[in-house]
Formats: sequence, C-alpha cells, structure tokens
Amino acid sequence: MSDFDLIVIGAGAAGSRAAMEATKAGAKILLLDEQAEAGGQVWRAKSPSIISAPKTPETIAGDKLRSDLKLENILHIVNARVWQIEKNNDDLWNIGYLNNGHLHNVTCKAIIAATGAQERVIPVTGSQLPGVIGLAAATALFKQHLTTPGKQTIVAGCGPLLIFTAYEILRLGGKVCAIISLNSKTNWAKASIDMMTRPDLLWRGATWFAKITAARIPIYWQSTVTEIIGETHIESVNISAIDANWSATSHGQKNNIKADSLCMGHGLNPAIEATKLADATHIYSPELGGWHVKTDDFGRTDKAGLYAAGDNAGIYGAGAAPYRGKLAAIAALQFLNIGKTQNTDKLVAKMKSAAKFGLATTKLTILRKGMIENTQQTAIICRCEAVSRQQLEAEISSGAHSPNAIKSGTRCGMGPCGGRYCNDVAALINQTISGKTRQQIGLTTSRPPIRPLPISAIAQNFDYDDLPIPAPAPL
Amino acid sequence: MTKNYDIAIIGGGIMGCATALHLAQAGMSVILLEKDDIGQGASGVNAGTLSLQIKRVKLMPYALKGHHEWQKMGDKVGFVKTGGYTLAFNEREAKLLEERMNLKREAGANIEFVSPQILHKNEPNITKKIVAVSYCADDGYANSSLTGQYYRNLLNHSSVDYFEQSQIIKIDQSDKGFNVHTANPQYKAKRLLLAGGGWMKQAAALLDIDLPIQARVNTVSVTERSPKLISNVIGHATGLLTMKQKANGSILIGGGWQGTGTPNDGRGKVHSQTVIPNIQLGQYALPALSALRIIRSWTGFEANVPDFYPLAGALGNVPNAYILGCVRGGFTIGPYISKLMGDFILGNELELPLFDPNRQFTQTGK
Repeated sequence: MSDFDLIVIGAGAAGSRAAMEATKAGAKILLLDEQAEAGGQVWRAKSPSIISAPKTPETIAGDKLRSDLKLENILHIVNARVWQIEKNNDDLWNIGYLNNGHLHNVTCKAIIAATGAQERVIPVTGSQLPGVIGLAAATALFKQHLTTPGKQTIVAGCGPLLIFTAYEILRLGGKVCAIISLNSKTNWAKASIDMMTRPDLLWRGATWFAKITAARIPIYWQSTVTEIIGETHIESVNISAIDANWSATSHGQKNNIKADSLCMGHGLNPAIEATKLADATHIYSPELGGWHVKTDDFGRTDKAGLYAAGDNAGIYGAGAAPYRGKLAAIAALQFLNIGKTQNTDKLVAKMKSAAKFGLATTKLTILRKGMIENTQQTAIICRCEAVSRQQLEAEISSGAHSPNAIKSGTRCGMGPCGGRYCNDVAALINQTISGKTRQQIGLTTSRPPIRPLPISAIAQNFDYDDLPIPAPAPL
Repeated sequence: MTKNYDIAIIGGGIMGCATALHLAQAGMSVILLEKDDIGQGASGVNAGTLSLQIKRVKLMPYALKGHHEWQKMGDKVGFVKTGGYTLAFNEREAKLLEERMNLKREAGANIEFVSPQILHKNEPNITKKIVAVSYCADDGYANSSLTGQYYRNLLNHSSVDYFEQSQIIKIDQSDKGFNVHTANPQYKAKRLLLAGGGWMKQAAALLDIDLPIQARVNTVSVTERSPKLISNVIGHATGLLTMKQKANGSILIGGGWQGTGTPNDGRGKVHSQTVIPNIQLGQYALPALSALRIIRSWTGFEANVPDFYPLAGALGNVPNAYILGCVRGGFTIGPYISKLMGDFILGNELELPLFDPNRQFTQTGK
C-alpha cells in the first residue's frame, strides 16, 4: 500500500496544473513545493509583508493559480524540500523530504517531477563579487520583495529576462546604467516573428522596450561583460563588442562602466536533479536549454511511473507549462488506472502551439561557441570550492575527461550547490579541450540529498539502542 | 601487427594501477583497460580511512605495510596521520572493543586503551557517553577523491598504455596468450590480471570462471565545511562508523552501511533507511554535527568473497591469468598488495604471502 497514488514535486505553472487535473480525476495526491506559496518562479508570490502593490500580469495569473489550487482542496505541503527519491522493494517510489526542520518519508505509485529551471551564468573574472546576481535571481527579488538589486545596476546577458529585468528595475524606481546584450537587434527582430503566436506577450515585450528607450538607458547590442572589477564589492564592469560566435573582440581596449550591482544571466537550464536521482534518461538539446529529462509529449520518462512536466523536461516556457502539467497528469492517471480515457489531441496541439513562444525565447539564449572564450583562466567556475578555469583545464588536459573524474580531481561541484552552477560551465570548458559533444561528455552521477540536509533534522528523537547497527565487520 | 603486451590488466583502480606501475618499472610492457575512469570505483569513492583499528587481524601485516605506502604517497593523495579513537558507548561494546583491539594489538598494531578523560582532553566535542576508548597513533586518512588524479599522473609518466572508457566484452585464450576485446579495438597480451574490484565477477565470467564474489554497497556522507570539531579519525567498537574532518573543514561519515544496487546496474544507490542511522550514529558520537548539513551521500562497491580474505594469485584453470581484489580494507592495503602481486607475476621472492584464489571458501561471520 502506498501513501499516495501520485506525488507532484513542484507547484509552479506545470506542477500545480498537474496536481489539479489528477485530483479532479480522483487520484490521491500530494503536492510538494520548496517555496512558501505555489506559483513557481514565473508566478512567484509576493512576500506576506508586502500589503499592497500594483498588479502585474504575473501576479494576476499567479493569484488565479493559487486560488484554483485552494478550491481543489489539494494536500499541498509548502516549504517542503525533497532530498531523496528511490524505489523501494514493493516497486513504489519512496520520497524523502524536509519540512519545518523535520524529515518525512512518503511512498507513491507515480511521480510527476515539475521542478522547473535554474539560471545559467557563464562566469568571468569577478563574477563571484557581492553585488553580482543572476537575471532570474533579480526577477525573484522583484516579484517576492519588490526590491531592486542596487542603486545603479548594469543588466547583462541574453534572452527576454534581460529586457524584463531592466524594465522591472525601472518600474520599481531603480536606476539602470546600461544594458549589455549578447543578442543583436536582428536576433530580436527574428525572434519577434516566432513570438507572433502570442501577440499579447509580444506587445508586453514591446512596452518594456518602450519604457527602456524612454528612460534613455544605453543599450550595448552584441556586447558582453568581460570583467567585473571591485575589491570587496562590484565597482565597475568592462564590456566589449562580440563577434558572430559571441567571443569578445576588444580584450585590449577597455570600455568601463561604473555600477554597484550587476544582473547577469545567460539563459536557463532545466532543473534535473530529481529526475536524475530517479535514474531517468536525460538528453542534451541546446534549443531546449541543455540537459533535460527525456520525455514524450505526455511527460513520460523511460522509468515506469515517473513523469516530468514543465521546464525540467526542456525549456518550452511558462505558456506551455500548464498544458504540459495536464498532459503529464493524464499519462500518470492512465498508468494508475484512474479516471476515463480522454481525447488529448487538442491538448497536445495547444501545448505545441504555446511552446512556440517559449522556444523562440529560449533560442535567444542558445550559447554560441565563442562565449566560453570570454571566461578567463583565473575566473572562478565552481564558487563553492573556488575552482578556477585554469585548474579545470589542467585536470582535463592530464586526461580526466568524464564529469565524475574532473569533479573528483578538482572538487568542482563538490560544494553545497552540488554542481548546479558549475557543471554546465565545466562541461563547456571540457569541450574546448576534448572536442567531444555535450552528450558524449555526459553528466556527473546523481547523489542525494538534492538539497543540503540539516543533520539536526536527521538526528532527531532517536534512541541509541534503537539504531539498527548491523553485525560487526569480520575480525 | 597489433602489439603483444607482456600483460593486460583489467581494472584501473588502486590494485590495477599500482600493479601496472610496478610491472612497467620492472620492464614489462603493460596495457591497462578501465571500463570507466581511472580510480573512480571503490578506490575513489571510499571514505579514505587509514585505520589499523578497523583492519582484520590476519591482514594486519599487510595494513602496516600499506600505511607506509600511503605515507610515501603523501600530499598528492591528501595523506594525514591524525591518530584515531575507537569508541564504545555501552558495556557490550566495551567488551567487543577490548576483545578486538587486543587481538589487533597482538597482530602488530600500535593500539592502546585510553581513559575517556584523555579522549575528551584531545577531543572535547565527542559525546561524554563513553564507556571505553582505544587509540592508535598510526591512524589517519587519505583523500580518496585524489586516487584517480594521482594514478593517472603516474601512468602518464610511465610506459603503461592505458585506456579509459574501455569495457572488455570478450577474452579469447590461446597457447600464445590472450586476446582482449573491447567495444572497438582488441589487445593482445601474454598474461592477464583481473583487478576490476566489484566488477571482477563479470570479467572472470569471460574466462568461464565463476568466482563467489559479492559486492557490498558502502555508503559515505559528507557535511558542509565547518570550524574544527575533531582532530582524530573517530571509529566505533563495531567498526560501523568512521568519521574524520578533512583539511577543508568538511566531515566525512562512513562505516560501511549498505546502499542498494549491484555492479551490473550502475553505481549503486544511497538508501534512506541506512544512511539515516549511519549519520545518527555519527551525531551520537559527535553531537555538534547537528549544526551542520549533509551536502552529499554516495556509495561504492566493495568486492568480497565468503571468507572476506583477498583473492590474490594465479587463477588455477587458466595459465598466465591472475587475479587481485576483494581485499577487505583494500584502500589501505591496495598499494602494498599490488606490489606483492607484481613481484609474484615477475617471479620474485615475496615479502608476505598472497591469497590463493583457488582455495575452498568457508563462510566467515559477517
């Protein structure tokens, strides 16, 4: 007997809809989410300390999702961090999670992993300085706390988050010193054509550009940050124009811009820790944000009873996410033998249509091969363990080619983040030396906990005499 | 014409690499084939404990020599001699500790019993619920993560030809020697050494030999970095806890708690129901662990035969084929027993005897 038919991990745009669909069909479900409120990153809820704030399209959509969830009477545990996923002897999934300082263990027949995406930042010298944050991190600040990252902010990177971040800083009364865009105007014009599928969103994007133009913010098109300068905090950045491969063209001559903060991001990676730990097959597709769990249109992975919905199965964006959640729920319900079979052709078509917009925005963030050349030898790649590019290159050149071997020899990815921030960049560096494809390079072995686990929660209320200490080793 | 090597070694862990280097130094032409990466199996993921207090009595002479080898490897493998305490929390464990440590002392380990006061003077953060303690000044640890880097660098500077990501799929035997097939090339060699740790059963099966090898799935966990909490390697009377604080401040918690999986299906999995009591036992010994977080738990396969003694010698039925592995405490003993194995293959006199792989196995209590 399992505790639940289905456990949904992540209450963002995809996971919430999956949970609602499965509940409506009569499945016994549990929705686990790391955040204090549902909504994920796109529809992140405001901090409860903020009483009133202007409504934005994100807050309106997020509030709707949260009230819909409440109506369905779903068992939704917030502040729940999943640390372990394993199959037990009864072929059920066993999920360990941390909630309010306590460990919990629950079993289920099926899982929908809707763990979303995470930010990718390609570091340069000084990236680790205080005052430097990611673009997605900045949007979390805006949405949850209505806070700007500093008094004078440079916004750098690629894709729609770049423009959204600059716009939000202006909306919240902050100052944007400059926008440093890897994308060219032409890239944007081409993307806009693909974005026609969502004229509403395209129009919103146009209003962001209008506000930025009206505020006379300098935009450096086809440019990149080459160095972040400061003693104990960011003081200024050097920028350079880039060539068609996104490699900086003017390392010698410096164009320096002063600022007390920098928001820099280079697209999103699918957040794959949960599906990796559950042993599903993952594939690398640059147009989908890199490594993602392999699924069909219904989110079916190659592991029985394991489904994925939303950006962790490829960055198709927030528009497609609710459809992907529903489709994954339908597939999971079929596996569970719950509810009626339904015609899903229309839903699949809607999902695919909605995905066009997300794919067009993801396309703006596909890293070109010169990008990694902008990362200096002394730049810190693994922030947890302070591993530089130089150290990684020495290890790779000596013959360590697999991600596990490189991690083992350099400690890159051994810190508290578990390699979330450095694995992707380490693999890009690996490519420059080994010449292998990302698929050939592969991934590190997945190990629990998915997030650091407090020992205070593990070693709680146990009696020494009850510890199942095995028989001593042979003498 | 493909090169006919003097020996092909299957497995690039400590055993395979150290034997390869020893044989190459003696003038043999050596090819080493590793299915994954050099030093990334048990050799690279074990807890790194170099403690005489957890070594088997009969293997003590080998462990003492092994300690000496690690000391020589030094900084490159993160070797530190810290001293080690083994703790007993109740009378039953105190009795066990006394019995076991006396035998180990008689076997040559520099082990003494000390008072809880001395323990707490040197390790003030260890729990006060101590009934008995033993101490060994020779205990310490090495950083197993560096095993791969260490041996790869030595191999790069040797005459050994080594290939990683080269799983063997077939072995042909003839009176001239062996033809070892990988997915792509084949290699010829006059001799063959199986040193594939947990994966050795499958390798031996390619020679139609069925070895009674089972793989234990040992679990290790590591905390985030912390200010200094312990200076010595800490163990438990049962041998089911090892704990040490590395130079970077992180604390490794091991002791051989069993994860799940077999070498046939990947790398083994951490099991909630064993990793939790393992960490609880660690926290019982060191209450201050409660302020830290576990950032990673992992497993490694340790190969064993029913009597838990090594397989080290010539394979009876196949001329010129040898095997080395299943060494309980293989990390400690590996660099030394590999030299013995090399000497055996070279026909040199042996400093200590090897362990006949063709013996009749009797079950040893676990």
